[in-house]
Amino acid sequence: MNPIYLDNNATTACDPAVVEAMLPFFTEQFGNASSMHSFGNKVALALKEARTNVQQLLGAEFDTEIIFTSCGTESDSTAILSALKAQPERNQIITTVVEHPAILSLCDYLEKEGYVVHRLKVDKKGRLDLDEYKSLLSPRTAIVSVMWANNETGTLFPVEQMAAMARSVGAMFHSDAVQAVGKVPIDLKKTKIDMLSLSGHKLHAPKGIGVLYLRRNTRFRPLLRGGHQERGRRAGTENSASIVGLGKAAELAMQHMDFENNEVKRLRDKLEAGILAQVPHAFVTGDPANRLPNTANIAFEYVEGEAILLLLNKQGIAASSGSACTSGSLEPSHVMRAMGIPYTAAHGTIRFSLSRYNTEEEIDRVIAAVPPIIAQLRKLSPYWSENGPASQENAFAPAYA
Amino acid sequence: MWDYTEKVREHFFNPRNAGLLEGANAIGDVGSIQCGDALRLMLKVDTADERILDARFQTFGCGSAIASSSALTEIVKGKTLDEALKVSNQEIADYLDGLPPEKMHCSVMGREALQAAVANYRGETWIDDHEEGAMVCKCFAVDSVLIEDVVRANNLTTVEQVTNYTKAGGGCSSCHEGIEEILAKVSAERCTAPIPAPEPVAQPMTFHPSVPSAEAPVAEVPATPTAKPKLTNFQRMRKIEETIESVRPMLQRDHGDIEVVEIDGKNIFVNLKGACQGCMMEQATLAGIQEQLIEALGEFVQLLPASYLAMSPRR
Repeated sequence: MNPIYLDNNATTACDPAVVEAMLPFFTEQFGNASSMHSFGNKVALALKEARTNVQQLLGAEFDTEIIFTSCGTESDSTAILSALKAQPERNQIITTVVEHPAILSLCDYLEKEGYVVHRLKVDKKGRLDLDEYKSLLSPRTAIVSVMWANNETGTLFPVEQMAAMARSVGAMFHSDAVQAVGKVPIDLKKTKIDMLSLSGHKLHAPKGIGVLYLRRNTRFRPLLRGGHQERGRRAGTENSASIVGLGKAAELAMQHMDFENNEVKRLRDKLEAGILAQVPHAFVTGDPANRLPNTANIAFEYVEGEAILLLLNKQGIAASSGSACTSGSLEPSHVMRAMGIPYTAAHGTIRFSLSRYNTEEEIDRVIAAVPPIIAQLRKLSPYWSENGPASQENAFAPAYA
Repeated sequence: MWDYTEKVREHFFNPRNAGLLEGANAIGDVGSIQCGDALRLMLKVDTADERILDARFQTFGCGSAIASSSALTEIVKGKTLDEALKVSNQEIADYLDGLPPEKMHCSVMGREALQAAVANYRGETWIDDHEEGAMVCKCFAVDSVLIEDVVRANNLTTVEQVTNYTKAGGGCSSCHEGIEEILAKVSAERCTAPIPAPEPVAQPMTFHPSVPSAEAPVAEVPATPTAKPKLTNFQRMRKIEETIESVRPMLQRDHGDIEVVEIDGKNIFVNLKGACQGCMMEQATLAGIQEQLIEALGEFVQLLPASYLAMSPRR
């Protein structure tokens, strides 16, 4: 049986066309784009084309606003550290409690260094309170960093509106858009977003390539200093093969944008409805009406996520979980906790994230596979008896709980 | 994906003795829903010789929690309660050909369930035994007695190991000091060789807000500065500048800075810059630097914010 990959928010398969575009840059096109000879020149032209493709995918006004980096995390760090360095008179950061660790860990560190960090809370559906946000904006705000879409629930945030609000107090606005780019249309020239991060491997390009969008005229300090690559904004010899791959992936993402928002969305909705129709005591987390077209995060109450994943994996189905046991951190997902999902449910959250490669037949197989797995594990669960949660008098109340 | 042994996989995919046990007369409920593990162990004990006739379990937890529960029921069946109580968490792990270090707490939970079930059978209250210990790890509700027991039984020496075995310390990290104290205590019992006494910690000169030094406010000046030969005006200014320069890196580290604006007799006016500006600890910072200046110059001086310059009568 062919394996079914439903963990595309973690990483995606390289598109075969992307691999094909990259291959010459490992062999005959090995030149250094900075060199004066034709070996280098050909590579430089290929990089230029890739840059244009990324520019178009993001709707950036100029191709010089695209800076190639090594990954989304590098882009995030560069953006936030640059904003702080370039504006020494401002010492506050506003972000959200549900950001990726690439942002949260950096902010924790900066807080220890003396910066003031405000973390916006979310409600039960993972939505931000814009009044709270407004009250925190001040002339001391150096940068606001809010993800475009949450990686676990797919919930979309009103980044365009928030960027305009940040601009009104002269603060910079950055968005970690690694989950959104390629899945939802983005037109940066029509926004007030100053900086944006994307990661190649989330949109069928290889790992090890990212982009920082830097709006023209935004004050900037590089993270890596050295050569004049990327106009001195990110030194280090270009990862030419991967940049070319990302360019191709951006081109393909634009071609598939409608497909992603119609067909992939349809399959996601079918998967979700199919599972929920058969499994009681399960619910969708996040904001179902306003989320990425490919992401379904379902909480299965009274069972634990890792156990579900192991049984899914046995049937060749790959997904991921917000359970503590899968993280190594021993704590359930910070996103689920931030939304106030009860522990019995947070440990049993499973994220199915689709891509344009998933087929109807695969989705049907998953719909058939999940309910028996949940039933099997619930039979093992002390919180469950026969056909429902253990009743009050038999309720499981372990010592330590 | 965790590196589970074949035995763990096998016990997870085909758990032995799962489900409710009719007629159980010893039940142990342990675990913490917050960390994602909970286990109910049910035993049928022969009242004549306290032999475990049958054992079943229900577990809410990951693959290794289910496998550990399954292994536990297999191990204890046929044993008397006293024999069963001797089963250590390591034996449960060994039965499964080992567990990943991060998952050792699953075997610890199995052992606890066993103790709880025996206590339940004997009409004892097992939890009381536990409440004697102070809560060390609040994130995962682990107390000092449990940590101490596990440290002893497994010869643990680091906080990381304790976290792997008990989860304690795996959350907010605020209890790491407490765990280190327990480790030191147990190691002191074990080790007859004297433990080197902790080196006296030098009191660092701190001007940072996060380390509030409740030093005297600016007005109060420590008495008896050491007498030093009188300096010329130029030498004195140089000395002041040198002293200020020497403290600047410390302030800069905290995104602050300082500059001398004016020297007027015993009054030295300075500008605090960056993060020092408007900082709550401004007074303490000035007091600390003032002390250094007094030490360096061998005379009383007063360090004042430049804003006082306007108020000060000029000579």
